[in-house]
Amino acid sequence: MEVKDIKIKSMKTEDFKDNEYLQQYIEELQKDGLNIATEKLDDLINWGRSNSVWPFTFATSCCGIEFMCVAAARHDFARFGWEVTRNSPRQADVIFVSGTITYKMAPVLKRLYDQMAEPKYVIAVGGCSISGGPFKESYHVVNGVDKIIPVDVYIPGCPPRPEAMLYGMMQLQRKIKLENFFKLPKKPNISNGQTEGGNK
Amino acid sequence: MDNMQKYIQTLAPKAQFEEGGQYLTTTIEPDALRKVATGLKEKGFDYLMCLTGMDYKESLGVIYHISSSNPKEKETVIVLKTSTTNREEPAIPTVSDIWEIATYYEREAYDFYGIIFVNHPDMRRLFLREDWVGFPFRKDYVVNDEINPVPTKVPDPDDYEAVPSYSLNKEGKLVKKTKSLFENKDYIVNIGPQHPSTHGVLHLRTKLEGEIIKHIDPHFGYIHRGIEKMCESMTYPQMLYLTERLDYLCGTMNRHGLCMCIEKAAGIEVPARAQYIRTIFDELTRIASHLIGWACMCNDMGSITAFIYGMRDREKIMDIYEETAGGRLMVNYYVVGGVAQDIHPNFVNRVKEFIPYMRKMIEEYHTLFTHNPIAAGRMKDCGFLTKEQAVALGVTGPSGRASGWSCDVRKIAPYAAYDKVKFDEMLHQGGGTFDRYMIRLEEIEQSLRIIEQLIDNIPEGDCRAKVPAIIKLPAGEYYQRVENARGDFGVYINSTGDKNPYRVKFRSPCLSLVTALDPMCTEQKIADLIMISGSLDYVIPCIDR
Repeated sequence: MEVKDIKIKSMKTEDFKDNEYLQQYIEELQKDGLNIATEKLDDLINWGRSNSVWPFTFATSCCGIEFMCVAAARHDFARFGWEVTRNSPRQADVIFVSGTITYKMAPVLKRLYDQMAEPKYVIAVGGCSISGGPFKESYHVVNGVDKIIPVDVYIPGCPPRPEAMLYGMMQLQRKIKLENFFKLPKKPNISNGQTEGGNK
Repeated sequence: MDNMQKYIQTLAPKAQFEEGGQYLTTTIEPDALRKVATGLKEKGFDYLMCLTGMDYKESLGVIYHISSSNPKEKETVIVLKTSTTNREEPAIPTVSDIWEIATYYEREAYDFYGIIFVNHPDMRRLFLREDWVGFPFRKDYVVNDEINPVPTKVPDPDDYEAVPSYSLNKEGKLVKKTKSLFENKDYIVNIGPQHPSTHGVLHLRTKLEGEIIKHIDPHFGYIHRGIEKMCESMTYPQMLYLTERLDYLCGTMNRHGLCMCIEKAAGIEVPARAQYIRTIFDELTRIASHLIGWACMCNDMGSITAFIYGMRDREKIMDIYEETAGGRLMVNYYVVGGVAQDIHPNFVNRVKEFIPYMRKMIEEYHTLFTHNPIAAGRMKDCGFLTKEQAVALGVTGPSGRASGWSCDVRKIAPYAAYDKVKFDEMLHQGGGTFDRYMIRLEEIEQSLRIIEQLIDNIPEGDCRAKVPAIIKLPAGEYYQRVENARGDFGVYINSTGDKNPYRVKFRSPCLSLVTALDPMCTEQKIADLIMISGSLDYVIPCIDR
């Protein structure tokens, strides 16, 4: 992660990269046989966070089966630190919206999302949760979950292959790695089908 | 069948019979419905297969597909039709006391068409919310998001616990009565709609006394997508795509049902090669589906190893699918007139390798789980369903056969290549959770046996018949049954001769399975509910459609 533009009048951004004194100090310590590495605290936290994202077991239809395949032996998302699927939204970090969301289910999904603790992420899996998919014309299908809750990653497919799901998960990991944990971006507030404020 | 025609005529002299249909079809007045229904039940027609609401534009009606739980010679089905011209307050007498499953089927017809069933004990909507305005399946219904917006609040339980019922007074007018489903002192536990073990978004309102279940009120519709209504504006090949999304675990079999219904109506002869390939694919899907059923049931009971094992072996079938059809879960392989393309050169070898592998694995499953005294001890002696209850609720498939009801459509009305192979219909007499568990593993073995007989004998030739670019079905009604991994799946098409159907109805086997939860779980412990529902292996999107 790069040092971003820091706005301090008396100090230039390049000066932050000039860590000669710190490097000398480290070399001295290493000469004495002490193992030391320097890193930013944000990187450390994000490394830990991105490799222990706990998904919420939420599935309404077909994509849920492919989600189960990703969890099982062949594809095994435990390799990415996702293995602990949680049955309670209060313990989960990410919700996979796998399957169609209907009008009756929409307020339930919103309630589940609200119950999750910050920082929380949403992955829209499959055509139905992205846009309504094959059921776009129906009178009872919400055309995209992003009308109800903010979505971080979209995984297209009907249903997406397990490999696609793994790719989507890795995209979310990348996103988490670039975040500033102590200053998390504000989630857009979605109500009545319109997005208000927030930058994504 | 002539006898039955005379019998119905004595019960309802005004009955009109249709000539040349697939089944004996009778149109009767609503007043005579109960008399005919009772008479048919006495004659052994105790299995209400399908109940379809209809909008004939000038009138609203109901179609009953009635069959017998013990067909003597071959498939016997009688179709009853009745309708009323009153569109404001359409009233038809209920048959819910004659066939128990009609309690739910009639609620569905009310939900879609607003047909009021007189003297029905529970006239709530089945799928849509109570505050939904209008009846979406009526031909004059207009989709309007301003009238029915995306709701922002979960409804208050009082909304769906107020149970209305209608009766006729002396002047022949409808009188509405409302009672509450539960009393204030009752202890209710909500299971679902979001629960990892309900196999989808099912909502069970469970009345408890201590830890003993007293009553279960299933609440559907969280995944109701209106597939049947969407089909009415689609052409026939387009509809195929949606059938796999009904019950995604038996996608090919559902699609097979619709393909056969269209082929039968259009008079398309399917080549023998396609019939064989379809049968093999159906049986592979049955194995895959039973594996998931087994894996999830064991997972619900706390055995994660079993879940991993089941999913691992299912991946082998997914590989076979992928090579030939390109798809994994949604195979998208069957088309009207045959299959989309010929099988992959590796297909036969792959399947032949799979059969001994699977046999070995089943032995392992038995060693690891079935013979485990803790698992077996939990499954035995709980969740019983008698044969009479299974027939009354229309519980077909492995769950019906575990109760001793011989209801395999592959035997009653063979289709594709099922009449060319030898296999046993597995029957258990106990009707308990352990029987339902065992029957799935036994059916996997039978499926392997069927595949073994067919795989070397796939005939040469075309895999697809020539089909006109635009398929138009002759005007009429068509019904096709197939045995999917959960039971008797039915497709009903009503055509007016156009390129899209007038009405499509899918008979879901899973609705019966969920309704059977109430008689099975009453007086059982709440901890066993998840295991019993796991043994039924239902798929919710198939119910909600």
